Amino acid sequence: MSESISQAPAPEVAATGLPGGAAEAPAPRKRNEFVYYGLRNPKLLFGLTVETLLVLAAIIAPFFAKYAPLTTTNIPIQHPGGTFWLGTDLNGYDMYSQLSNGLRESYLIGALGAAFATAVGLVIGFLAGWRGGWLDEILQLITNVLVMIPSLVLLIVIGSYLTSRSILFEGAFIGLTTWPWVARAVRAQTFSLRSREYVDLARLSGKRPVSIIVKEIAPNMASYLFLVVILLFGSSMLIAASYDFLGLGPSQTVSLGYMMNQAANNSALFYHMWWVFIPPGAVLALMVVALLIANVGLDEVFNPKLRES
Amino acid sequence: MSVNVENLSVAYRSRRGDVTAVDNVSFSLADGEIMGLAGESGSGKSTLGNALVYLDPRMKATGGRVTVDGRELPIANNNAMRPRRMTEVSLVPQYAMSALTPTRKIGKLINDLLKSHHVKDRDEVYTELRRRLALIGLKEDVLSKYSFELSGGMRQRVTIIMSTLLNPSLLVADEVTSALDVSSQRAVGEMLIEFRDRGYIKSAITITHDLSILAQIADSIAIMYAGRLAERAPTSVLVDSPLHPYTQALLNSLPEVGVRHDQVTLTGIPGRPPSLVNPPAGCRFRERCPFAFAKCVETPPFEEIKPGHLVACWKVSQEHADMAGTGQGLPVREKV
Amino acid sequence: MRRYLSRKIITYVVAFFIGVTVDWALPHFMPGDPIQGMLAKYNVANTAGYQALYAQFQASYGLNVSLWQQYLNFWHGVLSGDFGQSIFAQGATVSSLIFSAMPYTVALLVPAVLLSYVLGNRLGAAAARRKVLDNSVLPLGYVLQAIPYPWLALVVVYLFGPLWHLFPTSLGYDQGLVPHFDWRFISSAIDHWFLPFLTVFLVSLGGWAIGMRNLVIYELENDSSRYLRALGSSERVVRRYAYRNASLPQLSGLALQLGVVIGGNIVTEVAFQYPGLGNLIFKAIGAQDYFLLQGIFIFIVIGVLLANFIIDLVFVSVDPRTRLSMQGAAA
Repeated sequence: MSESISQAPAPEVAATGLPGGAAEAPAPRKRNEFVYYGLRNPKLLFGLTVETLLVLAAIIAPFFAKYAPLTTTNIPIQHPGGTFWLGTDLNGYDMYSQLSNGLRESYLIGALGAAFATAVGLVIGFLAGWRGGWLDEILQLITNVLVMIPSLVLLIVIGSYLTSRSILFEGAFIGLTTWPWVARAVRAQTFSLRSREYVDLARLSGKRPVSIIVKEIAPNMASYLFLVVILLFGSSMLIAASYDFLGLGPSQTVSLGYMMNQAANNSALFYHMWWVFIPPGAVLALMVVALLIANVGLDEVFNPKLRES
Repeated sequence: MSVNVENLSVAYRSRRGDVTAVDNVSFSLADGEIMGLAGESGSGKSTLGNALVYLDPRMKATGGRVTVDGRELPIANNNAMRPRRMTEVSLVPQYAMSALTPTRKIGKLINDLLKSHHVKDRDEVYTELRRRLALIGLKEDVLSKYSFELSGGMRQRVTIIMSTLLNPSLLVADEVTSALDVSSQRAVGEMLIEFRDRGYIKSAITITHDLSILAQIADSIAIMYAGRLAERAPTSVLVDSPLHPYTQALLNSLPEVGVRHDQVTLTGIPGRPPSLVNPPAGCRFRERCPFAFAKCVETPPFEEIKPGHLVACWKVSQEHADMAGTGQGLPVREKV
Repeated sequence: MRRYLSRKIITYVVAFFIGVTVDWALPHFMPGDPIQGMLAKYNVANTAGYQALYAQFQASYGLNVSLWQQYLNFWHGVLSGDFGQSIFAQGATVSSLIFSAMPYTVALLVPAVLLSYVLGNRLGAAAARRKVLDNSVLPLGYVLQAIPYPWLALVVVYLFGPLWHLFPTSLGYDQGLVPHFDWRFISSAIDHWFLPFLTVFLVSLGGWAIGMRNLVIYELENDSSRYLRALGSSERVVRRYAYRNASLPQLSGLALQLGVVIGGNIVTEVAFQYPGLGNLIFKAIGAQDYFLLQGIFIFIVIGVLLANFIIDLVFVSVDPRTRLSMQGAAA
């Protein structure tokens, strides 16, 4: 179930209806409350720490590589340790260099995929939820249809016809096949929020729709949307890994999926060169697990009901 | 006495420590008595009522004793309580609309409950069930329906039937009329009385914030404030001559039918109930009480001022002592 | 129920329509000329000869008519099961290739999905009840969910192949055998089937367990469970009801996950060189065999729609609300 949202019922984003009419502004109070609980949530802290370390590694580690990832060192099949920290593969490529670059590429693709998916999903989901009616029906139909078609298959079919393969395209297409998850969440939130009392109140007091959207609806939706985007980030990375593993990734870029593809093609398994095929997938799994756990922790921070006593 | 509650305290576990929601509450119910338990939100009335039947895992009984029909009710022991639920004490929940599981037919649900209680003569129970369904105005085919096929009112009635099917000695009805319109409220109220009259239930505690309902169906009323009992008296006595300042203010703030806003202004009670995390010492109403004086920083005892009429208020106790001395009756206070 | 099903069927019909259209349209609107690519292999130097050959290829692949006519022809082909000739496997029709690869994929996917679903649900429900179990199931589930399909496939190949020599790690059956319904072939096929099955099974397992755990926890704490407990019901009955209620959204989730599992299946087949549809896709990409790709895509779309429909039918039969509700259920 890697590329999806958890099956738990959508957490209701709590509206801050304060009883008694005390004159506290809801927004700053909410933010402080989140920070307070956020700093004390072990899952969130664990996930954030691991993820931050990995991102730092992605930024810094490539600078320590002695060779470019696709420049052969001419010293193949080296065990890790010594001159080559993570060894070399059958072709003599420096594994450390490949891994650290692969980290970067995978994060990049995750971000691109999530960005595209969020952009498209936000627009579609919001339109569907806000307008309702036949527009909603049509958009829902499109969303449901796209969800059914396996994203990797669609990606393969599209990608195989492309002559140029850039990371931008890959990210865009991944986003274009995964936006339904964002759209569904946004639509559900918009629907439920647009009929809340404070929105009606804003409408009655003559506020313009844009202002209502920005001031009343968006903040409440933001937390739930944030959760969805994090999951999408992780699933984009996983989809890209499968895609690159099949050899469809951008040429001349080393991603974690590409490394696994090369490992399989160059008989790394046959020659027991564990340092060639274990690190890329293990690191990717770590990146995604940290995201998933941080996501659960964040969910608990946003939804008081989930916090364990 | 059918039900006897002595010094019961119930607390919630919370992040900031234990919050005492029910503080040292004592009262008793006679056989056949319907007691109304009233108070505002957060007064602890729901916690008190529910604790007598099912203590939520987040709650814990921190003191006191409950006896029903002479036997002690082990409310803190979930396993020991299980066989007593539905048979001796039962609950009609506040959430009747969502209390019935959506994927099981009503009849099968009842069957599972009876099996849980190892009821031997199920046929007899079913005959009785059908009789009661007819009494309450539900058709027998309700048993082969799912809860979502029933209207809100029907669900409410089904939960009442289910909760009373095994003739419990004590029925706790938690805000059963809050979500209903006035005529349905009346119907449910009459239902409770009828069940009591027919012996389906022995005594009942009706929890509500709506005093007007209680005036119709309750034999006696207990008023709760900030986790403690403020006053307890037979209904007519409490409604006509309340002694506790809180009760007086409550009754005063009820809108009268037929009165227009230009004749009388609706008043509430200024201020708010104290936080129960760190409650103030002494009488918890004193911050809002127009009669508060020096002694009120000590906790007033819940004592019997007149037969059957208990009040926790220093002012009232003092006046009672004075009156006892002079042999006159208590003065009838003007409505504040 | 009728509204629910008819709504679903409309979605399926539209999906099929869009699937076929996209499938047909893609190669036409992509840069590059497939016929040029094909002709490049033949190294025809003579310009006149090249043009003649080009026209020949165009005609035989039906590309010499108007775009709209090509579209209609494509539909005709789809509905009659004729997907044309494969480019790389000269002489074999696309449909024959698909049909010979399909049993392997089905044999892999169906048991893996069903088993991981059932076991994952049980595991998740058990974890929801016992805190001790929960503390091990939860992290395990997240890790399994996070593991990339290719990586697990490679690890499994390595462990059971070069390292421990327990199972064969490539192909669908031992070389030298011919597909027959005899024990020798079937046992060899099962031997080759086990590792790919294990891979797909493991990755999916984690997701189901976590999902079910969350759903069961939610159900155990909702109003209907509280009421049952208040009426003295045994915890076993409460759990049974919670499980039943939680199974429903989990079932809808199954339909949504099919796409993901199919993707994982493709990767696994490639890693194991298992002769199913996934592997066929891989070969088709390599050989730039557009017809084969188009055919497989349609097949997968049909398969997914069919599976979704079956799940919808099962859902209607187990969820009384969709069965009996007067209003149409939300899609």
